Amino acid sequence: MSTARHNLISAPGVETHQVEAVNDATQRKLYKKREQIYPKLVHGKFRFAKWVFMLLALGAYYFIPFLRWDRGASAPDQAVLIDFEGRRFYFFFIEIWPQEIYYVSGLLIIAALALFLVSALFGRVWCGYACPQTVWTDLFIAVERIFEGDRNKRIKLDRAKWSFNKAWRKTGKHAVWLLIAGATGGAWILYFHDAYDTLSHFFTGGSPMSAYLFFGVLTFTTYTLAGTMREQVCTYMCPWPRIQAAMTDRDALNVAYRVDRGEPRGPHKKGESWDGRGDCIDCKACVVACPMGIDIRNGSQLECIQCALCIDACDDIMKKVDRPTGLISYDTDINIDRRQAGLAPVYKFLRPRVLVYAVSLAIAGSIMLFGLTTRASLDVNVTRDRNPNFVTLSDGSVRNGYTLKIINRTHDDLEYTVEIDGPDGLEWRILGQEATRGLTVDVPAERTQDFRLFLTVPRDTITTSNESVVFTVSPQGSDETRTAETVFLSGGPR
Amino acid sequence: MSEKHIDEETGTETTGHEWDGIRELDNPLPRWWLWIFYASIAWSVVYWVLMPAWPAPPGMQGHTTGVVGNSERVNVANDLNALQASRADFFTRLEAADGYGAIESDPALFRFALAAGESTFGNFCSTCHGAGAQGFVGYPNLNDDVWLWGGSFEDIRHTLVVGIRSDHPETRFSQMPAYGADGLLSREEIRHVRDYVLSLSGETGFDAAALDAGGAVFANQCATCHGDNGMGDQSQGAPNLTDAVWLYGSSPEEIENTIWRGPYGVMPAWEGRLNDPTITALATYVYSLGGGEAAAEAEGAAGE
Repeated sequence: MSTARHNLISAPGVETHQVEAVNDATQRKLYKKREQIYPKLVHGKFRFAKWVFMLLALGAYYFIPFLRWDRGASAPDQAVLIDFEGRRFYFFFIEIWPQEIYYVSGLLIIAALALFLVSALFGRVWCGYACPQTVWTDLFIAVERIFEGDRNKRIKLDRAKWSFNKAWRKTGKHAVWLLIAGATGGAWILYFHDAYDTLSHFFTGGSPMSAYLFFGVLTFTTYTLAGTMREQVCTYMCPWPRIQAAMTDRDALNVAYRVDRGEPRGPHKKGESWDGRGDCIDCKACVVACPMGIDIRNGSQLECIQCALCIDACDDIMKKVDRPTGLISYDTDINIDRRQAGLAPVYKFLRPRVLVYAVSLAIAGSIMLFGLTTRASLDVNVTRDRNPNFVTLSDGSVRNGYTLKIINRTHDDLEYTVEIDGPDGLEWRILGQEATRGLTVDVPAERTQDFRLFLTVPRDTITTSNESVVFTVSPQGSDETRTAETVFLSGGPR
Repeated sequence: MSEKHIDEETGTETTGHEWDGIRELDNPLPRWWLWIFYASIAWSVVYWVLMPAWPAPPGMQGHTTGVVGNSERVNVANDLNALQASRADFFTRLEAADGYGAIESDPALFRFALAAGESTFGNFCSTCHGAGAQGFVGYPNLNDDVWLWGGSFEDIRHTLVVGIRSDHPETRFSQMPAYGADGLLSREEIRHVRDYVLSLSGETGFDAAALDAGGAVFANQCATCHGDNGMGDQSQGAPNLTDAVWLYGSSPEEIENTIWRGPYGVMPAWEGRLNDPTITALATYVYSLGGGEAAAEAEGAAGE
C-alpha cells in the first residue's frame, strides 16, 4: 500500500493519502460496521472561521447566564432566565408570561424561517458552523488531537497495544471530554435559576434533584454524542439532512467539487504539464480532512455538513502545486453545469424561494416586534358566577357575583381604580374591602390578583333579564385603561 | 431444520427458515440492546431484594417485604403527613383567629380559608346546598342574605357545629305544626292565612274579608314564632315571612302546602366529623358567598 506513496509527490509538502472515504455511499456495504473517522487538521480561512464561530457560540452558551439585566426589585436580574417556578421567561427586555406563550411559538417560527432562508442561500451552513453537534464535536476532536496527535498518530495509537503511553493519553482525553460535557450540562441548569445562586448551591449539594438530573443527562449526551457518536448523529439521528433536500435547490451555494476543473484527475509529478488533465491530483487531502468521512468529489450528498474543511485542505494543496485555489469551493450546481458547457457562472440569489422565505420572515418578525413593543402592562378579565346565575335577596333585589382578575405586568406595586358601568341603581361591593377602600384595589408588581365583586340591582329598576356591565380598570396616575365586558342576569322583571 | 444457508448480501448465516423465498438473518442482537438486557436482569435481582416482590406464605404478610421496607401504604401516609404539616401553620392560625375580621385582614390566611372552605363545601355540603351553594326547594340558598338561624360569621359557624335537628346535644330545633295534616286548621282557614302571609310580602289583590280572617288566624297560631308582624325570629329559626325569599316555594299553592304539612329541614352537626379549623374555614367560605350579615346587625330581622 505505502510502496507507491512517495512516488506520487508532485510538490514539496504534498502527500497522497491512500484512503477510501469511509462513508462513500457507492462503496458502502449494507450492514457494514461503523469505521472510525480520523479527521486531519487543516488550516485555512474556513477553519479559522469555524474556530471563531466556536469561540463565540461556546462563549455565548457558557457566559449568557451570568449577564445581568436590571428589572427592578421585584423581578430577577438575570438577562436570560427561564423561571419555571415564577412562570416567567426573561430574555433581556422581553418578558413572557404563561398567557403569552404565543411569543415562544413566534420565536420558533422565526427560527425555522431563518433556517429555511439561509438554507436556500447557502445550503447547510447551519450544520457546518452553528449546530451544537458540530461545535461540540469539533471541540472534542481538538481535544483528541492535543492528547493523541493528528490523524496518523491517532490511527497508530488506536492500532497499538495497550501501554502506559496509550493509557494516559486515552484517560486524559476522556477526562477532558467529561469536564467539557460536565460544563455543558452545568451551564444548562444556570438558565433556569439565578446563575450565581445555582452555582454555589450546586456544589454544596443544595440544588433540587431536577438540577442534578439535567446536569447528568446533558453531561452524558454531550459526552456520547460529541465524543463517540459524532457523524452518526448527523447521518442517522438528525432529520435535517432529509428536510434539507427540500429547502435547497440548484441555485443554492453548497460546498462543491468543481468537476469541470478537476477532471480528469490523477497523480501529477513536478514539472509535468497540466495540459489535457484536470487540477485534481487525487491526493485525497479533502477525504482525510472530512469529519463526516465522505469524498466531496462524489458530489453533493446527504452526509455532507458543509463545514468547508475540504475547501481549506484542497486550497492548501493547490497553492503547493501552483494551481489556482477554489477547486473545491462554495458553488452552485447550475454554475458547475454552466462552466462545463463553457458558459460564464451566474449567481442568482433573488429567487422566488428566497423571496418567499425572506418576506415570511419579515412578516413574522414585524408581528413579533409589534406585539412586544405594544404589549400591555395591564390585563383585565371578568368571570361571572354561573352557579348560581343570580341571587334574589330578601328585599327582592338581584345580585350577581363576579371574579375580576387584574394582571399587573409592571415591576411596581400599583393601585387600580375600577369603574363599573351597568344597569340603573347598581350597587357594588368588593369582597374583603367594602368598608375601607371603595373601588380601588392594590395589585403587587408582576402579579395576577383576583377580586370577588358583588353587584346588586334593585328589583324595581330591572327591565330585562340580561343587561350589559362594563368594568373599566386603570392604574392610578396613568391614562392606560382596560375594559372587560360581561352581563348582569336577573331572571327579568317580576 | 434445513441445511446451513449463508446470505449473499451480508455474509450472515440465516436461521434456516424460509417463507415464500424470504429468509431470516441470524444476526446477533445489537450489543447496546444486549447490555441493557443484562443490566435489567441484574437490576431485577437487586429490586427483588430491596422491594416487596415475591408471593410468600400469609405469615410473611403474603409477600416478601424487601429490605428497604418500602410500602405504598406507608408512602401515602407519609405524603399525607407532609401535606398536613405544610398546612399546619395555616390551621393553627385559623384556630387562633378571632372571628371573620381577623381572617380577612390576613390575605394569605383568607385565601387559604376560602380554598379549604370551598373544597370542604364541595365534599360535604354541596349534596344538599348545591355546588354553588345556590340551594334547592327546602335547602337554603347560602348566597342570599336570608338566614334562618343568623347570618353573622359566628352564627354560621355555630350552625355548622351543632347542626339542625342533629344528634348533637346542643342542636337546635324549629317546629312548625302540620296545620292541615294534623287537623289544626281547616282548608279554608289555611287559604286565608296564606293570603295574609302573601300580603305581608307586598302581594296585593286579595279579598279584604279573607285577609281579616287570615290575620286573625295568624295572630292566634303563627305570631308566637313568626312575630306579630311576620318578621320571624332567628333565635328559634322562625323564617321572616315578609321578604322575597321562600324556602319551600313562593307560589300560593306551595305556601298553602307548606302550611298544611308543616315542613322542617335537617342538617348534620359537623363537630366531631370535621376539625375545628376546617369548620372555621367552611364558615369563612359560606360567609364570603355574599350574604353574610355583620355581627352587630344580626338582630331579629331575618328569616327564610
